[in-house]
Amino acid sequence: MYNAAGKRPFTVFLITAVSSSTLCNGGRAVTFPLLEARALTCERDQRVLFEHLDLRVEAGEMVQVAGPNGSGKTSLLRLLAGLMSPTAGEVQWRGRAVTAQRHSMARELVWIGHRAGLKELLSPEENLAWWSALHHPAARRSIGEALDAVGLRGFEDVPCYMLSAGQQRRVALARLYLAPSSLWLLDEPFTALDRDAVEQLEAHLAIHCERGGLVVFTTHHRLEKQPSRYRQLDLAAWAA
Amino acid sequence: MTGFVRSLVLREARLLFRRPAELVNPLIFFALVVALFPLAVGPQAELLRELSPGLIWVAALLAVLLSLDGLFRSDYEDGSLEQWMLSPRPLAVLVLAKVLTHWVISGLALVLLSPVLALMLGLPSQCLGTLILSLLLGTPTLSLLGAIGAALTVGLRRGGLLLALLILPLYIPVLILGSGALQASLQGMSSSGQLLWLGSLAVLTLTLSPFAISAGLRISVGE
Repeated sequence: MYNAAGKRPFTVFLITAVSSSTLCNGGRAVTFPLLEARALTCERDQRVLFEHLDLRVEAGEMVQVAGPNGSGKTSLLRLLAGLMSPTAGEVQWRGRAVTAQRHSMARELVWIGHRAGLKELLSPEENLAWWSALHHPAARRSIGEALDAVGLRGFEDVPCYMLSAGQQRRVALARLYLAPSSLWLLDEPFTALDRDAVEQLEAHLAIHCERGGLVVFTTHHRLEKQPSRYRQLDLAAWAA
Repeated sequence: MTGFVRSLVLREARLLFRRPAELVNPLIFFALVVALFPLAVGPQAELLRELSPGLIWVAALLAVLLSLDGLFRSDYEDGSLEQWMLSPRPLAVLVLAKVLTHWVISGLALVLLSPVLALMLGLPSQCLGTLILSLLLGTPTLSLLGAIGAALTVGLRRGGLLLALLILPLYIPVLILGSGALQASLQGMSSSGQLLWLGSLAVLTLTLSPFAISAGLRISVGE
C-alpha cells in the first residue's frame, strides 16, 4: 500500500475496508493491487532463483509467469499461494500478509498445482465432491455440470487411474467451473490438454478476468486469446 | 463443519478399501511375528505365557508403525496436501479426522485380531478383557504419535527408518504401560492403574497431536 500511497487520495483508505478493488475518483479510476509481492527473494538448495521481485496484480488482470526451466516459476506461484515462505520479502493479499490470513484467503483462492491433487483411486465425481467439501460446498448437480463443461460426461464413475493424462488434467480444471473464487493460481494448466481444451481454457480464463477475477499462471504455451489486461512476467529479468 | 468431516471419512475409507494391501499388510505382519515366535522359542507353554504380554505389545506397536509410514505419502505425492493447506477448513481437524479414520479401520482390526493370537500363546482367557482394553486405549496414542513423525518425514525419499528413530522413544511409555497392564492381569492383580494411565495418554495425544501433525505437514509441504 505504501508504494501507491502517493498516487492515491485519502478516500481509498475508507474503501479498502470494503475491499473493493477499483473506484472512480473525480472521473479517474484508481486501482490498487489485490495481490502484491514485495522484494521477494527465493532461494532453493542454496541457489538463488530470483531476487527483489515486485509484483502487483489488480482485479481483472492476468499474469503469465514465463522463464526458462528452473527459473522458479512454480516456486513463485507457491510463494504467492502461501504454501512456502520466501527467503526475504512478503506476499500480501488485500493488503495483509498471506501467512497471517490463510483462512480468509483460502476462501477466494483456487490453486491447481503441477501435481493436481487428484486421487487416482477415486472417480472424477468423488474427487470433485471431496474438493468442494474441502473448499466450497457444492451440490452434486453442479459437480456434474462442471464435469460436463470440461467434456468428461460419461466418465463420472471411472477411477482416475483409468483416464488419460489430459483427461486427468481436465478433472483438475473442472474446479475452475465449480468455485466462485476470485484468485486463480495455476501451475502449467495447459499441460497434456488437446487443442480444443486449450482453446476452451483460454476463453474461460479470459472471461474470468473480464469479470474482475485474477489469474496468475505459468506456461510455455503462447496464448491465442488474451484478456484486455494481460501481461507477462519474465522471471529471467529477476534472476540473481 | 460436520459435512466436510463426513466427506473426509468417506474419502479415506474408500481409499483404504480400494487398496486393501495397505490395510492388510500390518495385520499380516502382526500375525506373522506372533505366530513365528513359538516356533523359535520351542514348545515351552509356561515360558510363552510369561512372554506373551510383551510379545503381543511389541508386535502391535511395530505393526502400527509399519502402517503409518505411508499415512500421508500418497497425499503428499499427488498434491492433495497442498489443497488441504489452502483450504479454509482447519488443518488440525482434517488431520485428526484422517488419523482417526485410519485407526478405526486398521487399528481396530488389529485389536480384534489380538485375542486370537493371544490364545495361541497361551494367555489365559480372563486376561483377554485387559488385552483388548489396553490395545483399545493404547493404539490410538500410537497412531497419533506416529502421525507426527509421518508428517515430518513425508517429504523425504527414505523416511521409513527416520520415522522409526523419531517415534520409537515416544512409544516407550505406551509399551511399558500396555504390557504392564497385561502382566498385572496375568499375575491376578488389578491393571486399572496402567489402563487409566493409557487412557489419559490417549486423551493427551488426542488433544495436542493434531496441532503437531499439522505443523509438521506445513513444514514438509513448504520445503
